[in-house]
Amino acid sequence: MSIPSTVPATDKTKQPDRKKKGSTRGSTAEEMASRQREISVSEFFAKNRHLLGFDNPRKAMLTTVKEAVDNALDACEEANILPDLHVEVLQLGETRFRITIRDNGPGIVRKQIENIFGKLLYGSKFHRLKMSRGQQGIGISAAGMYGLMTTGQPVVIVTKTSKRKPSHEVVLKMDTSKNRADVVSETEKASADELFPNGSGTQVSIELEGRYLKGRQSIGEYLEQTAIANPHASITYLSPGNERSDFPRGVQELPPEPSEIKPHPKGIELGTLIQMLERTSSTQLGAFFKNEFCRVGPNVAKEICRRAELTDRTWIKQVEHQDAEKLYEAIQQVKIMSPPTNCLVPIGSKALLAGLLKEVEAEFFTASCRPPTVYRGNPFQIEVGIAYGGSLPGDELARVLRFANRVPLLYQQSACCSFKAAMEASWKNYGLTQSRSSLPSGPLVIMIHMASVWVPFTSESKEAIADYDEIRKEMKLALQECGRKLGTYLRRRMRMKRESQRRDVFARYIGEISRSCEAITGTEAGLVYDALLRRAESKTAEADNVLDDEGRVVDDGGALARDGDVVIRDVSGPMDPDEDLFGNSDASPPKKKNAARALKKRAVSKPRKSGK
Amino acid sequence: MAKKKTASKKTTKTSARASAPSRKKKTSRKTATKKAATKKKVSRSKGSPPVRKEGKILKKRAKSPTGLSTKDRNKFTISRINELATEVVDSSLAEQDPFMEVPTRAVSNMRFNRAKRILEMGSNTQRRELFNLNQARKFMQTLLLAKGCKDLVEVGKTLSLRGMYYKSLHTIQGTKEKTFDEQSESDTILEDIEVTLATLREDLHVFAKKRGTMVGNITVFDKGDEINCRRMGSGGYAIPSICEPNVIKFGKSEAKFVLHVEKDTVWSRFNEDRFWETHNCILTEGSGQPPRGVRRLLHRLHNELGLPIYCLLDCDPWGHYIYSVIKQGSINLAYESERMAVPEAKYLGIRAVDYERCGLSDDVKIALSDRDRTRAKQIAEYPWFKDRRHWQTEIKKMLGNGFKMEVESLITKDISYVTEEYVPERLRQMDFLD
Repeated sequence: MSIPSTVPATDKTKQPDRKKKGSTRGSTAEEMASRQREISVSEFFAKNRHLLGFDNPRKAMLTTVKEAVDNALDACEEANILPDLHVEVLQLGETRFRITIRDNGPGIVRKQIENIFGKLLYGSKFHRLKMSRGQQGIGISAAGMYGLMTTGQPVVIVTKTSKRKPSHEVVLKMDTSKNRADVVSETEKASADELFPNGSGTQVSIELEGRYLKGRQSIGEYLEQTAIANPHASITYLSPGNERSDFPRGVQELPPEPSEIKPHPKGIELGTLIQMLERTSSTQLGAFFKNEFCRVGPNVAKEICRRAELTDRTWIKQVEHQDAEKLYEAIQQVKIMSPPTNCLVPIGSKALLAGLLKEVEAEFFTASCRPPTVYRGNPFQIEVGIAYGGSLPGDELARVLRFANRVPLLYQQSACCSFKAAMEASWKNYGLTQSRSSLPSGPLVIMIHMASVWVPFTSESKEAIADYDEIRKEMKLALQECGRKLGTYLRRRMRMKRESQRRDVFARYIGEISRSCEAITGTEAGLVYDALLRRAESKTAEADNVLDDEGRVVDDGGALARDGDVVIRDVSGPMDPDEDLFGNSDASPPKKKNAARALKKRAVSKPRKSGK
Repeated sequence: MAKKKTASKKTTKTSARASAPSRKKKTSRKTATKKAATKKKVSRSKGSPPVRKEGKILKKRAKSPTGLSTKDRNKFTISRINELATEVVDSSLAEQDPFMEVPTRAVSNMRFNRAKRILEMGSNTQRRELFNLNQARKFMQTLLLAKGCKDLVEVGKTLSLRGMYYKSLHTIQGTKEKTFDEQSESDTILEDIEVTLATLREDLHVFAKKRGTMVGNITVFDKGDEINCRRMGSGGYAIPSICEPNVIKFGKSEAKFVLHVEKDTVWSRFNEDRFWETHNCILTEGSGQPPRGVRRLLHRLHNELGLPIYCLLDCDPWGHYIYSVIKQGSINLAYESERMAVPEAKYLGIRAVDYERCGLSDDVKIALSDRDRTRAKQIAEYPWFKDRRHWQTEIKKMLGNGFKMEVESLITKDISYVTEEYVPERLRQMDFLD
């Protein structure tokens, strides 16, 4: 991470002045020094708010919700509470809104409130390598700051840490020059207890200037996608139009807590290494490597030191700059085991399917989970889910839902690694249409999730994943795995359709044939008709027998049927039993007739192996 | 017998006489395209060789006994139709895939018998299956028409091809699909039935639209009615579709030869000039590609009365092919060649050399199209033309000329040039192609 704590000494705002006064060009060093002063981080971001995702009023609203929801989910998961979120956007004026987000998390200790909500770059997540939504502790404070700047209204925080303790309401005003918050008022509010029926929780209200639009890249879409990637969370959303949307829980278990890891030697840069050498509490090189890094045992530590012409007994104090450089080079040469990957908690194909099932109305679902791998010393894992058919629009390009550590990414799609991977995969092989250098078209939703201890975003607003070769490759592999299953399904569906058409043709002529035969030979037409119809049915048996009562593939040579990562929903029939498996009972979407009519179940006459 | 008489009378009335010259090209082209289509069919059928063989395939080419009485012939036909349907019923009830073996009517399944100098059908058959998407409809149509034929034979009436189409035409129950889309569909199926059952079309009590005219020094008995072809006025005697001995019997004849011309217009010229009278012959016309009736009649005139046949046809690939059909039989109806082909038929004209020989004007030239050229080369390659040196030079000459000529082109010299000079001259010099 490279957020400057100070900006370069030449203050940009001063420069035009200097040019204007062309005559007084000969400023002395002293004069210049008088103008040089420290800039607070908050001041920097107040000016450069687009870096944080506050470029325009519409995006500012989304970013505010996003930061608050991320924090709430992180807090709940860390406290082992199934998240219940409540998001409310209230329109106060034409361009003025109040956004309120409430969770049932652990609450926030009183004395930390100012730091968390008032200080930029304050947080628990920056200094560790652990999979979490937030990274650097900028988000929610920046949102508060934006609100204050555009409306002058402070942030209102209500929090309750336990049943026995009263709720606190704190009103905060950011002081941008000092990068801290001033408390405007502070009250113990027993009346607010009803906001937290479970005994704890936090509610943040920010008033800001914004613009509310529905559709793509809206708050609604963001929450919908959050619900897909977080099937364990239940979210309620009240929009400015006073429409209430519920995103119910899809799974009843919290994902396992991700563990924290030490940095991997291959993932650090020289500067970081020097810094670590300065800060370490170890005294000798061997111990330093063993304690500060993961996957470094005594042998590896010795090997690194040997290559740098040092020993593991070398005192850290004696390590000079050029030694550090040698160490760094040695690290690159030595073979070191990949970082542990148990620190990653992927959504998992089951939960991913559950998420897709409850939010996307499609007919075919599949998910694929790649094994964890490493980029630049950071472990990561790619998961892909796709949904096809159903009531998805068939004449548009596929929709790509991008996620990083369970957070939906809505902006800068084309800059994102996952988008590129989706474009590069050759979907034509899987029975879809795709024009050159574009996404496939058809009723398709592609969901790509990257879980990592450190997601490489292209900017601080966390909108797109940087394009690392390792990451893109993994994404492509996962996409292809899903694509193959979709291809199998589509080919079979085509076959079924063809078979049922074939049967129609045969059935049409059988009547004529049996009557002609009766006229010639005198054999009763009914007998011949029945016999031929039976024959026609067994000839085209593939048109039946494809879905069993549960909407599952029973017979395709086995592959799809046995695949736990595939769900095929018979859209005309009852809901998939997996729905219950995932504990989702009240979310059955309205049944639709659609292209899958070919899948219409017919009376199963005889089970039969598929031909090819 | 009485019943039959009325039926045939009715049909004589209803069928209009073919109007001539435009017709010729149409028909000959049709045969060409049909051939192409059947060719395709064959290559497809090659992929699925018959699996079951024991006793399921109808006995091959058990020729319908020509010497039998009408009653026995009808019996024979009905038993064949019965056999066909019983196969289908039996395999259906046994829950097997019903099919029929239809002899292939295509170039691939036709060979040229050098000894007899006629085309004969080979033994290749094509399986027609119900449970094959491409054949299901045809399968149904075959049975439907077979049933129709049986009905006809049973009541002892005959129908034209078009009548047969209408007889079997209806909408399939529960659909909007019709059993036949157009007559050509049922015509082909009828030909299939003919070869499958190894019967003749006339035995199925189906006949084609009448085409072709005759006039000359002969008396015939058509279903017992005496017809004096010397007193036919300007219209001539319309040759019926069925010219079997049980329908047409020859009476007194003084004619020495038969002159067959391509179409009605030329025939009218000859008739008006009383050519048959002055040259003591029979004058026939086939409205382009001669139908079966005309060919059968020519065959019988040649074989029973020993009359040589001379053909006066256009100088173009289609004219050449008409000659080929009269002489060797057609590819489509190769199985009928023995009853129809006249291997001794001679080609009298028009010859490619006639442009210079008769001193014709430039106006009669009709430029050869690409299609004409391809067809001409194709014809030159047919085995029965291949070994005919004169024919090879004739076709080469035509291609070298770059134009074709119709018989009518001789009219530019003089209205009666063709009857008074051209044909008599050729006959005198015995100048014809064989």
